Parts: sequence; structure tokens; C-alpha cells
Amino acid sequence: MKKQMRKKRDGAFWLVAPMAIWTILFVLATLGYILYLSFSTRAENGMGVTAQFTLDNYLKILNPSYLKVLGNSLKLAAITTIICLLVGYPFGYLMAKASPKRRAVLMLLVIVPFWTNALVRVYGWRILLMGDGPVNTFLLTLGVIDQPLKLLNTFGAVVLGMVYALLPFMILPTYSSVEKMDWTLVEASRDMGSSPLRAFVTVTLPLTAPGMLAGCVLTFVPSIGLFFMSDLLGGSNDVFLGNLINDQLLKSRDWPFAAALSVVMMLLTSLFLWIYRRAGGKAENIAAL
Amino acid sequence: MKKNGWRSFLYLGMVLILMYLPIIVTVLYSFNANTSRFTFQFTGFSLQHYKALLADTNGLLDALWQSLQLALYSCLISAVLGTLGAVGMARRKFRFAGALEGLALLPAMTPEIIMAMGFLAIFTAVGLPFGMLTLVLAHVTFCVPYIYIVVKGRLAGMDPDLPNAARDLGASPMRAFCSVTLPLIFPGVLSGTLLAFAMSMDDFVISFFVTGPGTTTLPVKIYSSVRMGVSLQVNALSTLMLGTVFLLMALFRLLRRRRAVQTT
Repeated sequence: MKKQMRKKRDGAFWLVAPMAIWTILFVLATLGYILYLSFSTRAENGMGVTAQFTLDNYLKILNPSYLKVLGNSLKLAAITTIICLLVGYPFGYLMAKASPKRRAVLMLLVIVPFWTNALVRVYGWRILLMGDGPVNTFLLTLGVIDQPLKLLNTFGAVVLGMVYALLPFMILPTYSSVEKMDWTLVEASRDMGSSPLRAFVTVTLPLTAPGMLAGCVLTFVPSIGLFFMSDLLGGSNDVFLGNLINDQLLKSRDWPFAAALSVVMMLLTSLFLWIYRRAGGKAENIAAL
Repeated sequence: MKKNGWRSFLYLGMVLILMYLPIIVTVLYSFNANTSRFTFQFTGFSLQHYKALLADTNGLLDALWQSLQLALYSCLISAVLGTLGAVGMARRKFRFAGALEGLALLPAMTPEIIMAMGFLAIFTAVGLPFGMLTLVLAHVTFCVPYIYIVVKGRLAGMDPDLPNAARDLGASPMRAFCSVTLPLIFPGVLSGTLLAFAMSMDDFVISFFVTGPGTTTLPVKIYSSVRMGVSLQVNALSTLMLGTVFLLMALFRLLRRRRAVQTT
């Protein structure tokens, strides 16, 4: 009885209330409004929206040119994730196997680039890749090429920028999964006569799969939406879902269509988060990074 | 193991060089004497971009100042909301606790452009004037999850009976919170707030959509300068900011070492 009294008067409700109100006002209402917009009709004058229910915005996505953008975005996200995995996993693995002192230094070195603004780092690549930038100048003086290469404003440059920006999100989870791994299992497998490669494939790889999966979600999900990367590094043909939403919002001002695209993007994201959850991942691990 | 040492060293080194290449280039070019907007030829050493930056001919310093203000407001408001929320949620099992938590963490897991579009649409619908107010509202929303998660983690490691003991000894709920719970979770609150500050300073996508005439955050300003062509003032400012961060880090380490020496 007394315990119940305490429970009622612990003030927990008032502690949670501000965050709950904020969340309902700015998260639930915002996302709900996007959903509402995606089923509304664009007003005659092109500026506002009217509440008339329609599915046209979703049907419009099925237009081949928009489907191509969707396909491009998934392709870019997939390529980015695979390269991040191929480069980041060995990095995380070697980092976890380094001595504690060296490990701390490596960790610091991986995190430091985060202290500069993402745009500044992309801008650094822009300078590097320019027609008369350092990379071309270097290759020209070496005599490898006799004409400056077109490096900037290409699909490759966008992939480079994406991999560059998202690599730490692959390194950190793979590192922590390798670090937490029970090495005696690998030793046992080696003692039983398996080769180092076999021990790696049959023991280490499955044991560190959760970290890899977390890394893949962490690189895949943001790479669908980073529109400034293709703005600054890509060419005019490199239009991705993020750019399309950006254009629809600010240039064409077709908000219902932009909302429908956002809903599709949201569904894609949820699908990947769901797969991740099904595979045993924790949502908090994602948000925490 | 030893035999493979140099190979792993080589691999780690190569990746790290690639990671730092754009940053090094940004710093080096800040001293470039070239003033052309369209080429990058390194024509000689000069401090002119720093001079121009300090005279604020491009409005970069003004944007930095606005960003700092925005980050300060956002991290303080979200620190209060997130900390209280985490403490309250840990105290009692609410009926919709799971749903609320999932919803509150959503902004950290959604592609930024979706939240950005939502904020743009809803602020327009409600008729809020775009500017510092809309920026703070949007930034607080995506900062709350970080503080909530860090504080929640800290609370999980705390003995829940400690504030109860204080209450049994006659402390008011307020007093129990201020003199028992808060000091115990304070490191979590602090690191969450710093993280939120950094996230707010660094955000481009959401700010780009909810900013208004008269207010420009630094990332938005950098984006527009960079799109226009070459702007070596951006390099100069980035170099200065990077230098400041390193200085703070060194200072922090020095203080910690000194404290460690004192306690032993």
C-alpha cells in the first residue's frame, strides 16, 4: 500500500512530460504531416496544397525517370556500403588486435576528422580532385598521364566522398565486435588443425557478424539521404533520392511529391532497421553512434 | 603475429593517410596566395585569407557566431528535456514507454532530409517565421535522442535505491534528485550535452531547410561559398577551428594528467 503511494507521488510523470510533449509536437506531428502531405493534392497555383486525397504522388514515382533515380540511390548506397565494409572491417580488426596503447592512438585518429565539419572535408576532396588540383598535378609530373583527368563531378567522386564520410561508422562497430570476441574459440579451432584462413572464415567472421551488420546499416541508411555529396562532387547526371527531394522542395516546390518520396525513403530505412532488429541488433546501438 | 606487424601497420597507415589528406590539403591551401575564384594553383605563401576572414568580408565569422549561439541554446534545452525524460522513464514503467522511447529516438535514425522536409512543411503550415526560433526547435528535436541515450546508460549503472534512501531519510523529491541522482548521472549529462553541441554545430541538412533570411549557420554558409567556387576563407576558418579543437584537447589531457599525478 505504502509502496503504491510512493509510486503515485514519485513525480515520474512530470519528469517525462516535457520530453513526451516535445516528441509528440515535433516528431510525431512532423512525420504525420509528411504522411498527410504525401496523399494531398498540389494546389492549382502550384504554391500550396489542398486536402484532396490522391494517390498520384506515389504513382508519379513509378515514372521511369524517377524510378531510375531510386535505382541510382540504392546502387550508390550499396556500393558505398560494400567498399566501407571491405576497407573498414580489416581496419577495425587490426585496430582491435593492436596493443592497448596503439589502440587508443588509432581510435583518436579515427575520431579526429569528425571534429571538422563534414562539408569542409568534402571541400578538401574537391580541391584535391580539381582539374588543376594536387592529384592531377602529381600524376602529370610523374608522367603517368599527359592530360589532366576528369576526376571531379563524376560518380566515382561521389562514391569516394560517401565512403570517406561514412567509413568511421563501419570501423567503430566492427572494432568493438572484434574486441569483445572470445579469442579462445579461434585458438581452439586452430588447435583442431584448421588453417588461419579457415579459422577466420568459420569462427571470427560469424562471431563478428553483428558488428558488421551494425556497420552496414549505419553506412547504408545515411548514404540514401546525403544530398550535398552529389551536389558538391557529382556531375549533373548524378541525381539521387536526396537531391530529388531537395529539388522538389526548393525548386519545383511540389511538396506532396517530395513528401511521397520521403515516405518511400522512410519505408526503405525502416526495412533495413527491421532486418537489423531481426538479426538481433539493438536500435540504441545505432542511435548511439 | 610479429611477422605480420609491418603489414598491418602499412594498411592502417594507408587508410589514415587517405582520411587526413583532405584535411591537410584544406589547411595547406589556406596559406595560398592565389585569389582566383576558379583555379587552385598554389602560387605562394600568404596570410591574406586570414586577414580577409578576420575583416569578415564574406560573413563567415557572423555565421560562426550564429552557429555557436544555436548550438548553445539547442544543447541546453535538449539536455533538460532528455535528462528529465530519462530519469522519469527509469523510475516507473509507463504504459506507452516503449512507443514514446522509439518515437523520441527516431530523429537520430531517420535520414536527415526527411526530418528536414517535415520541419520545413510543418513550420510553414503553422506559420512560424523562419530563423533562429525554427532552427532551435529543429535542433533540439534531433539532439534529445543523444542526451537521452547517454543518460539512460548512466542511470542503468546507478543503484536505483540511492534516491529512495534519501527520500526515506526525509529529503523532498526535488532534494533527492538534486543532491543524489543528479551528481551521480552528471558525467553522462555532460558528455551527452557535448555530443549534442557538436551535432548541432555540424548539422547542415536540417539547418539548410529551416533557416530564414538574416540567419545563416556556419555549415549553410560554407555550403553556399563552396558551391560558388573557390573560397579560401573557408580554408582559413577551418584551419583555425581545427587548431582550437587540438588546443582544447591538449589542454584537457594536460589537466587530466596533472590531476592523475595529484591523486597518486
